[in-house]
Amino acid sequence: MSREFLSGNEAFAYGIRLVSPQVISAYPITPQTIVVERLSEMVEDGSLKSEFIHVESEHSALSCAMGANATGARTFTATSSQGLLYMAECLAYASGGRFPIVMMNANRSTALPWNIYGDQRDSLSLLDCGWIQAYAKDAQESLDLAILSYYIAEHPKVSTPFMVNLDGFHLTHTYEIVEVPESGLVKAFLPDYNTDNKIDFENPKNLAFSAGPEHNFVFKYKEHLGVLNAAEIISEAEQKFAPLFGRQYSGLAEAYRCDDADYILITLGTIFGLCSDVADRLRDEGVKAGVLRLRYIRPFPNKEIADIAQKAKSVAVLEKDISFGNEGTVYTNVNSALQKAGINISSLNFIGGLGGRDISEEDIREIFSKLRENNKGKTAVHFIGIEENG
Amino acid sequence: MVEDEFFYGHKACAGCGGSLAVRIALKVLGKRAVAVLPAGCMSAVGFNFPQLCFANNAIISTFAGTASMLTGIEAGLRAKGITDFVAVGFAGDGGTADIGIQALSGAIDRDDDILYICYDNEAYMNTGIQKSSLTPFGAKTTTTPAGKNAHGNLRPKKNMFEIVAAHGIKYAATASIGYLPDYMKKVQRASEIKGTKYIHVIAPCPTGWGIASDESVEIAKEAVDCGLWVLAEYKNGNYSVSIKPKNLPGLQTHIKRQGRFKHLTDDDIAYVESQRDSKWNFINQHWTVTQGGIK
Repeated sequence: MSREFLSGNEAFAYGIRLVSPQVISAYPITPQTIVVERLSEMVEDGSLKSEFIHVESEHSALSCAMGANATGARTFTATSSQGLLYMAECLAYASGGRFPIVMMNANRSTALPWNIYGDQRDSLSLLDCGWIQAYAKDAQESLDLAILSYYIAEHPKVSTPFMVNLDGFHLTHTYEIVEVPESGLVKAFLPDYNTDNKIDFENPKNLAFSAGPEHNFVFKYKEHLGVLNAAEIISEAEQKFAPLFGRQYSGLAEAYRCDDADYILITLGTIFGLCSDVADRLRDEGVKAGVLRLRYIRPFPNKEIADIAQKAKSVAVLEKDISFGNEGTVYTNVNSALQKAGINISSLNFIGGLGGRDISEEDIREIFSKLRENNKGKTAVHFIGIEENG
Repeated sequence: MVEDEFFYGHKACAGCGGSLAVRIALKVLGKRAVAVLPAGCMSAVGFNFPQLCFANNAIISTFAGTASMLTGIEAGLRAKGITDFVAVGFAGDGGTADIGIQALSGAIDRDDDILYICYDNEAYMNTGIQKSSLTPFGAKTTTTPAGKNAHGNLRPKKNMFEIVAAHGIKYAATASIGYLPDYMKKVQRASEIKGTKYIHVIAPCPTGWGIASDESVEIAKEAVDCGLWVLAEYKNGNYSVSIKPKNLPGLQTHIKRQGRFKHLTDDDIAYVESQRDSKWNFINQHWTVTQGGIK
């Protein structure tokens, strides 16, 4: 183990080197570029033995990754924002073909207007593509997810592609001390990728075929089960990971001071750090505040949300996302979790940080203030820092 | 050529030129061929679960992704230590010259060790005969109707062979299902070259061309014999003609026997003849021209 001063992008590249995918296909886009730059350097200096393919677009990056994965090779790609949207066709193709590709996505605003800064609209707008979606909170978790993601995606009960999301700039470009594990540990943790879903010269296969109305639904249902099964395998992977690497993760969600909390802020990504700090200060002031971080949006932590919210007076969802004409997508999903569990408490939506706009400590305090107004059963959507209806 | 059939039991239309191009190429390449087919006629007729008709490894790619998926397959197999295989793509004219040209250009630029075969039936036939950039001048399609104001497609056929060659590709060739021995030699030759290879085979579609289902091979041969479709190779920076037509006849008969050209006027046909003649003038001056087919 070594301790290194790394950005989120670099930490992820270090994690990928430890996993050592056989094929990497990538196309540059801000703020993901440093990942592909570091991986290229690692291939050049011989510390990473991968076929590195300089594809000419994101669509080809994922198409190429599918081809490689169809040979049974472990594959990696990375993208962001417009690039993610450009490969959208291939996202659904990869999950339908049950190709367990791992992709890092640097969360970034989507045009128009053009903007390179971080929000989560890119990945959340593609939530229904059949990929596992994880959101890291810091560089250490980024590195660890680079390793954990392969265990989960390639597990035969899952066989589903895996998107690891890092908040653009806030995480991709922020430097922290990161523990980089020994490669021997990763080899002990991560089994080789074995699958029947691949080209086979002894028993030739027809892959990625058509299926008419009768069979298509069955394949789609199985795809759904694959994503659902990931919940169990995420837990299994983390239980194996903890004793080897000395870090215990908490499955689909991470609760901070939620046990006796009256007011719970539900969020995802790096903003969790500031939200936790605010919760600490509010606790000092006698307010029972808690924060629940959704580590995964697919599979969705329905049970984790319901368990925590059951004892709360009200919850808020803070997200850097909007589904135009409705509300934040995470909020929609959280409300569904509450409704299914028969929990009828106030739930508020706070949409902020679009296009990289700052979310301040004061903004988060304001969220908790609104929660304490605690109108039973009330729902409302707020836009942080925007004069609403103006 | 192996006796085995690798593309068998599919539901392509009678007289389909594309299915013949795929079948014959796979007989040359054999069971170590890994085929990639994008959305299009050949994937539509061959890959309907549970009726899957390829006897070798085969996979459907996205429409735009034939070349990029071939790249991934080649890299993946090589990374796994497998070397004895041919990654071969079969894409139509739209899948190649329109939506797939970016990925194809990228693969050639990287000199990926793949064989890309374009079976050219000169329109989007799978979706019901719409114009592609390889639809020839004057052809009537469902999106280039022939009327008083426009006589079918207004633009000439994109020159994919020379576009590909301009990349400095290792090997490129044109072929016709009317000259199968020539096509087979080119597939064989391409499979022995390391790097990117491209073969553009003209493959008539009876439905889209307005010909009888037993005329596909004959029309494909006639297109070569009348000098409209040039059989050629590009290798080591040189262009060479594989089979030179004896003369350049009037095109009235060849064109008018195809329903898609029925509406063309004498002036239209004279224009096509003049385009053909100037192309041959250029070829005769700049390309290597030998009689009697490739050695």
